[in-house]
Amino acid sequence: MEPQLSWYLALSAVLFTIGMTGVIIKRNVIGMFMCIELMLNAVNLTFVAFASFFQDVTGQLFVFIVMTVAAAEAAVGLGIIIAIFRNRETLDVDEASVLKL
Amino acid sequence: MENNLLSVIIFAPLAGAAINWLVGRRVRDERFIGTIACGSVAISAIVAFYLAFNSHGALRTEEPLLDHIWTWLRVGNFHADFALAMDRLSGTYALFITFVGFLIHVFAVGYMHGEKGFYRFFAYLNLFMFAMLTLVLADNFVLMFVGWEGVGLCSYLLIGYYFERKEAGDAAKKAFITNRIGDWGFVLGIMLTFFLTGSVSFFANPAAGDAAQTALSYFKSVPVEPFTIGALVAGGATSVAILLFIGAAGKSAQIPLYVWLPDAMAGPTPVSALIHAATMVTAGVYMIVRCSEIFVHAPTAMFIVAIIGAATAIFAATIGIAQNDIKKVLAYSTISQLGYMFLACGVGAFIAAIFHVITHAFFKALLFLGSGSVIHGMHHEQDMRRMGGLRKYMPITFVTMVTGGLAISGVPIFAGFFSKDEILWKTWSAAGLGSFSKVLWAIGATTALLTAIYMTRLMVMTFWGNERFRGTRSGHTEHEEQDDHHHHPVEPHESPWLMTLPLIVLAVLSTVGGFIGIPYALANRDINVIEHTLEPVVAHAPAVAATDQTDEHGSEVNEERLLTVVSVAIAFLGIGVGWVVFKRRPLLEMPRILENKYYVDEIYDATLIHPIETASREGLWKIVDVGVIDGLLHSIGEAVTELGRVARYLQAGFVRGYAAIILTGALILIGLFAYFGFPR
Repeated sequence: MEPQLSWYLALSAVLFTIGMTGVIIKRNVIGMFMCIELMLNAVNLTFVAFASFFQDVTGQLFVFIVMTVAAAEAAVGLGIIIAIFRNRETLDVDEASVLKL
Repeated sequence: MENNLLSVIIFAPLAGAAINWLVGRRVRDERFIGTIACGSVAISAIVAFYLAFNSHGALRTEEPLLDHIWTWLRVGNFHADFALAMDRLSGTYALFITFVGFLIHVFAVGYMHGEKGFYRFFAYLNLFMFAMLTLVLADNFVLMFVGWEGVGLCSYLLIGYYFERKEAGDAAKKAFITNRIGDWGFVLGIMLTFFLTGSVSFFANPAAGDAAQTALSYFKSVPVEPFTIGALVAGGATSVAILLFIGAAGKSAQIPLYVWLPDAMAGPTPVSALIHAATMVTAGVYMIVRCSEIFVHAPTAMFIVAIIGAATAIFAATIGIAQNDIKKVLAYSTISQLGYMFLACGVGAFIAAIFHVITHAFFKALLFLGSGSVIHGMHHEQDMRRMGGLRKYMPITFVTMVTGGLAISGVPIFAGFFSKDEILWKTWSAAGLGSFSKVLWAIGATTALLTAIYMTRLMVMTFWGNERFRGTRSGHTEHEEQDDHHHHPVEPHESPWLMTLPLIVLAVLSTVGGFIGIPYALANRDINVIEHTLEPVVAHAPAVAATDQTDEHGSEVNEERLLTVVSVAIAFLGIGVGWVVFKRRPLLEMPRILENKYYVDEIYDATLIHPIETASREGLWKIVDVGVIDGLLHSIGEAVTELGRVARYLQAGFVRGYAAIILTGALILIGLFAYFGFPR
């Protein structure tokens, strides 16, 4: 059976929801970060699925942009995480609830 | 004709004020400050005389001298520039303002000797000269209003010169606020003039690009308005005239706005002489004569001016007769004489009004300065009940002041005789008023009688009789000096030459000043200089009889001579009555109602000031300000605080909470799109 567009979209929705749920329920900042990446990649999957379905390369191009931004975000985010860990000796985001160290 | 020297007249005193304010306050040297103050006014006076009397002088040609200094306001077809003009009328004014002003400055240097705020006094006095000359020399209504407000400001500052005393501060505020009512009328008058004529200029100045039609020349072409009450609110010449007159009544202390002038005597005496006798208070007369073209087209307004003038004249004279403060007598006398000037304006005798302004400037400045000299010599005693017998202590002051007294009483050959007689004659012969002119004349003549009586009373109480100051002294000092200075009885002394010299000059002028306006009826020759000078610049009321130069008015000349005899008799009668009554009993009690000024201040307090105060305190403050304005602001503030108290739970600082809020928001948006469809 040929893979249908709806399969891709369903998978993407499941992945996005898992990522979303993870961001909300996880306290570990590394875990949250990974869930955010999951959400981004769920969206990427949607882009390429539509690109293939509509035979339009724009969606694939957009994926590259998302990946670039995600890479930049990973660099900045990991930097912040390391800074927090050095100061607090913990990775629990609920501990970092005030706007100062 | 352009002449840039005009600006020197007004800017020299301004420079003097600036130097005294900036440098004089550091130097604190009386000779320096006095020289700057008198010198700057002297420069103005010299330039004014040169411009008036040189071969193309303002008083010799028909064309006014113009000086367009800078473009000030230009909006659409409205324009008001900082431009000066000297024609025969403003030239006459500028001459006596600068000259009398100079003498008063010199006097003040002696009078204010040793005062703490010496520099401040002269800075204000010079600033006043600047404002007054701007008022007079302005070539449009708007600049005139600048000067008008400027003299009001300086009057305020100088009345409140002894600001550490409460009554001086109160008097200053009273003067300012009362004038404000008049200014309201003046401003509306200016606006209405612009609305009617499209211009606020007095003269067409080609250099400023003026149209040929000016604010005043417009009225030449309109018909005389009817003599009805309705004309007052018709929005034509009569409305303009009555609004301008409200302004004049405030500045020149006419009923009902005269109440500030007696209180203004709280200022130093040279101020009373300069501002509240010789110059500023005659600004209203100047304004009316300047706008005579408007007034002659508004018979209703003229009638009101005449009535108010006559009423003020007799009203103030009756109060003046009962006052015991030497300056208060002179203040009410000033109000009364101003009433004369307005009476003259009201019957269309504008030249007689200006003539009286000039002679009044001489003799009233003399009387005020004389009273200043007396007060100075008596160590700041102003109550005439504690004077008496001063003529042997201060002979120069005595002789000069008696000259002034004779002049104001209307004794022949003295200045006041000619001008007052002219006003009375013009009132009697005013054609438009019918038999009512005789009533006005009778009021004027009665006022003349009262004037002679109260002047004699003042002289007798001050210079004759027992030396009543040799008793206990109360502390009514114009400013408290060291107490030990006052415990022994006062020894009056003659004032220094700086003070007596201006007195002598003014006494001479009060004697001969009237010769510029000898009427035909007395001289049998046509030597009326003032009339010939001013005739081209004032409008001629249809109501006024033709000038009495031709022989066909022979019977009129005889009538005028008869009236002159009557007024001379009145003057001597008044002096005689005053002499007989007050020589014997100088402390004669006057009727209470007169001494208390008809309780006008109390009536104003009860009917106007108290209700306004109450309404302001109970209504505007406690309800409008505290309740509405503060309440509105406070409730807005409280609402924001409450909102914040709720909303701050959203900002707990937990990252996952924010993520949940974002999710919720996104779900709501998606739900909305799903339900309502995506907007295209």
